[in-house]
Amino acid sequence: MLRTCGAGDIDALYADVPPELRLRSPYNLPQALSEPEVRDFFADMDAHCKPLTCFAGAGAYDHYTPAVIDAITSRSEYLTAYTPYQPEISQGTLQYIFEYQSMMASLTGLDVCNASLYDGSTATAEAMVMTVAAGRRRNRVLISATVDPAVAAVAATYASCRGIVLEVIPESDGVTDAAAMAEMLGAGDVAGVIAQTPNYYGILEDFEGWSDRIHAAKALFVINSPASPLAVIRPAAEWGADIAVGEAQSLGMPLNYGGPYLGYMCCTRALMRKMPGRIVGATTDADGRRVFVLTLQAREQHIRRDKATSNICSNQGLMTLHAAVYMSLMGTAGLRRVNELSAGGAHLLARRLEATGRMRLAYPERPFLNEFTVEVADGLTTGQVLRALCDGGILGGVALDERRMTIAVTELRTPEELFRYESIVKTL
Amino acid sequence: MNRTLYDKLIFDCSHPGRRGFDLPSYPYPDALAGLPQHLMRGDAPVLPEVDELTVVRHYTNQSTNNFGVDTGFYPLGSCTMKYNPKLGDAMAASPTVAALHPRQPAATVQGALMIYRTLEYMLAQIGGMEEFTLNPYAGAHGELTGLMVIRAYHIDRGDHGRRRVIVPDSAHGTNPASAAMCGYEVSEVRSLADGTVDLTDLAAKLGDDVAAVMLTNPNTTGTFERGIPEIARMVHECGALLYYDGANLNPMLGVARPGDMGFDVMHVNLHKTFATPHGGGGPGAGPVGVRAGLERFLPNPRVVQLADGTFDVVADSADAMGRISSWLGNYTVYIRALAYILTLGAEGISQVGPLATLNANYVMHRLSDLYELPIPGPCKHEFVFDGLRDKSTGVTTLNVAKRLLDFGFHAPTIYFPLLFHESLMIEPTETESLETLDAFVEVMRAIAREASESPATVKDAPHDTPCRRPDDTEAALHPKVTYKDWCDAAV
Repeated sequence: MLRTCGAGDIDALYADVPPELRLRSPYNLPQALSEPEVRDFFADMDAHCKPLTCFAGAGAYDHYTPAVIDAITSRSEYLTAYTPYQPEISQGTLQYIFEYQSMMASLTGLDVCNASLYDGSTATAEAMVMTVAAGRRRNRVLISATVDPAVAAVAATYASCRGIVLEVIPESDGVTDAAAMAEMLGAGDVAGVIAQTPNYYGILEDFEGWSDRIHAAKALFVINSPASPLAVIRPAAEWGADIAVGEAQSLGMPLNYGGPYLGYMCCTRALMRKMPGRIVGATTDADGRRVFVLTLQAREQHIRRDKATSNICSNQGLMTLHAAVYMSLMGTAGLRRVNELSAGGAHLLARRLEATGRMRLAYPERPFLNEFTVEVADGLTTGQVLRALCDGGILGGVALDERRMTIAVTELRTPEELFRYESIVKTL
Repeated sequence: MNRTLYDKLIFDCSHPGRRGFDLPSYPYPDALAGLPQHLMRGDAPVLPEVDELTVVRHYTNQSTNNFGVDTGFYPLGSCTMKYNPKLGDAMAASPTVAALHPRQPAATVQGALMIYRTLEYMLAQIGGMEEFTLNPYAGAHGELTGLMVIRAYHIDRGDHGRRRVIVPDSAHGTNPASAAMCGYEVSEVRSLADGTVDLTDLAAKLGDDVAAVMLTNPNTTGTFERGIPEIARMVHECGALLYYDGANLNPMLGVARPGDMGFDVMHVNLHKTFATPHGGGGPGAGPVGVRAGLERFLPNPRVVQLADGTFDVVADSADAMGRISSWLGNYTVYIRALAYILTLGAEGISQVGPLATLNANYVMHRLSDLYELPIPGPCKHEFVFDGLRDKSTGVTTLNVAKRLLDFGFHAPTIYFPLLFHESLMIEPTETESLETLDAFVEVMRAIAREASESPATVKDAPHDTPCRRPDDTEAALHPKVTYKDWCDAAV
């Protein structure tokens, strides 16, 4: 090979690298491990982790992953493929993205869905950017105080770099203060309004009348929701929203310590060409058969460079396969059943926990699905409660502060686990 | 590959009443009925109703219409489609990891945090950087994160006038797009005929309003920027920082470190250099490294090691440039990357760059009599042809790329970089054998012969793929992006 290259040794191929830049000493890295030794290393890491019975939500939910999903997503024809820029040999990838887009659009009720964003937080930030891009010189975006704080923090980070003024709409008794929102809209220059349902407290927000007000102010309405509840709650389109975004991890994706998850984005057809990321479309091939391609690429960085709608290139590709297989297996009936069990378990647990006298619903008048916020009794702190539950092998929820915490229930939580939770709380 | 397109959509397989799920029937109250009906859904979503076997057959058949690294050779320039070791997949599939919620107390996830910190440390060693964050989800996300760190650095110094980011005309499209996403104006610096940055043009474009210069080295023509020490001096002299786009890090493994070249901030594509699978477009990971002095600007949350040796997660560092992810990024991708580094070890990692460079030079030399080589090399991990030498046949780079598909090879990167009209960019990676490279070379030579002898065969390619060339114009003119669109259009 070297002779073909006309080089005496491999070093000659690096003759243009200035000698003072060359690596002088070996990397300070361990010596190679054999395959069994690598397995031992990770087994040891696993041994230093303690899986808990999960009652935490806050954006990541412990739903069941059907066995079929791993069997499909681990197929290396999917796993080891590149972005489907060559449609003739990428129909597998392109078709599942098209199916995913179709299912997600149906869940949100909107016309168009893209081929994924990184997670629910960056999807929300991208939606914010989109409202400003569509808003012609308007640069104020309003975001509800009931949006997941991590999501709001990501949106704020993106906003600060682009001169977008992101203002927080205050909350009132666990939901967005609609009157405050209307007032802030009235001040003018608003490109978009971002709210979340079920919100960070697990409460179903009521957006009655919002879209009229927002559209009258020539702004766009963005609703963030976790994906699974959309099978039963009123989705973005039915609220008159223009963009739906959120975290699709709840479609049976393993918790995996925070990733990979799946940021979804859907929008109205009017906004399609402002969308970030890849979009797959159907067309026909030279033989007249239905085939799929990446389309509307003039929005994207590899074509439009600094004028692109976003910088996103790699996305969460394979997770859309996960979502498509999950939704195929579940169908409408299965997704409804998941939500029935999750909400049923949550409401039962909420009642039982209130009955202990150690905690009460923080927003008792507000409707919730499978996640709710409690306030612990005087003399207790959320830290104490969560520690006691953790000692009992339960991840009891996510503390909001010393007094309040959110608790989530999924279809995986058995009556025995609910009972165990209640029993531990009773001892406090 | 299966040469017959399986052309059903899962929706086409739907029969009312069929189901593919099996869930418990716990005696929980019907909470949905008790919720205010105006907050609930009107129409049910339209999802397929299919049984489990139908789902399995559908997605299995569909997978046979796909090409992956495990199917065949992927000479895709700047994408580093190397083999993805199966051990990484096996380790990433840990049931323990699958069950870890991102909000678990640190004490219950010490192993996960140890993996996170270990990989950060190893990447810092390889990059010649002080600190890394693994939070960014992809290369472009890493670029954006890195630029946000640079922005925070300038603001921290009270330097508010830096509005521009400079990128070469040969840069990956993500560079200018990330700069724009970060609120910067983009200035382009010219490349010389040999593909390297024109230092005169760079000097003219630099100024005290420049926040950063983004480079990849070797650049997208596969040429090492030999002027990098001088470039770093010029950039730093005007108060800007130098950003390293890690998409082309592979040939530098074992040879030189971006930190030693004078770069201040860099990202690494774990799905390129560190052999994690591309997943048909993701999930990847784009960890960002910074030189000493910039650590405190890295995004929240951070994994830290405490004095007692245990690990913790800090989410509220005030100096951080902000937050760019819900939690700590694509965690199982890190497991794969760490498994790769542990498997190769210090010595193995050091051989990656030289072998990738050898493979690229070998292919380049074996084809440069038939394909036009605008930059003679030696190249590093990749090189660019400007189409066939014989331009009289009318056979384009696109035609050559499509004809390759008929022979069971993925196409190279085409029409990028934008420096040449007929760019055809080839990156073989170090994981391919001499036999595979030779087979590829023979096919490329056969296509060149075909281009002269029967150009129509090449121009009409592909002929032997699951589908023929799609009508892209129709797709963009009348976008049908959901099953509903397709059905509506058919009516």
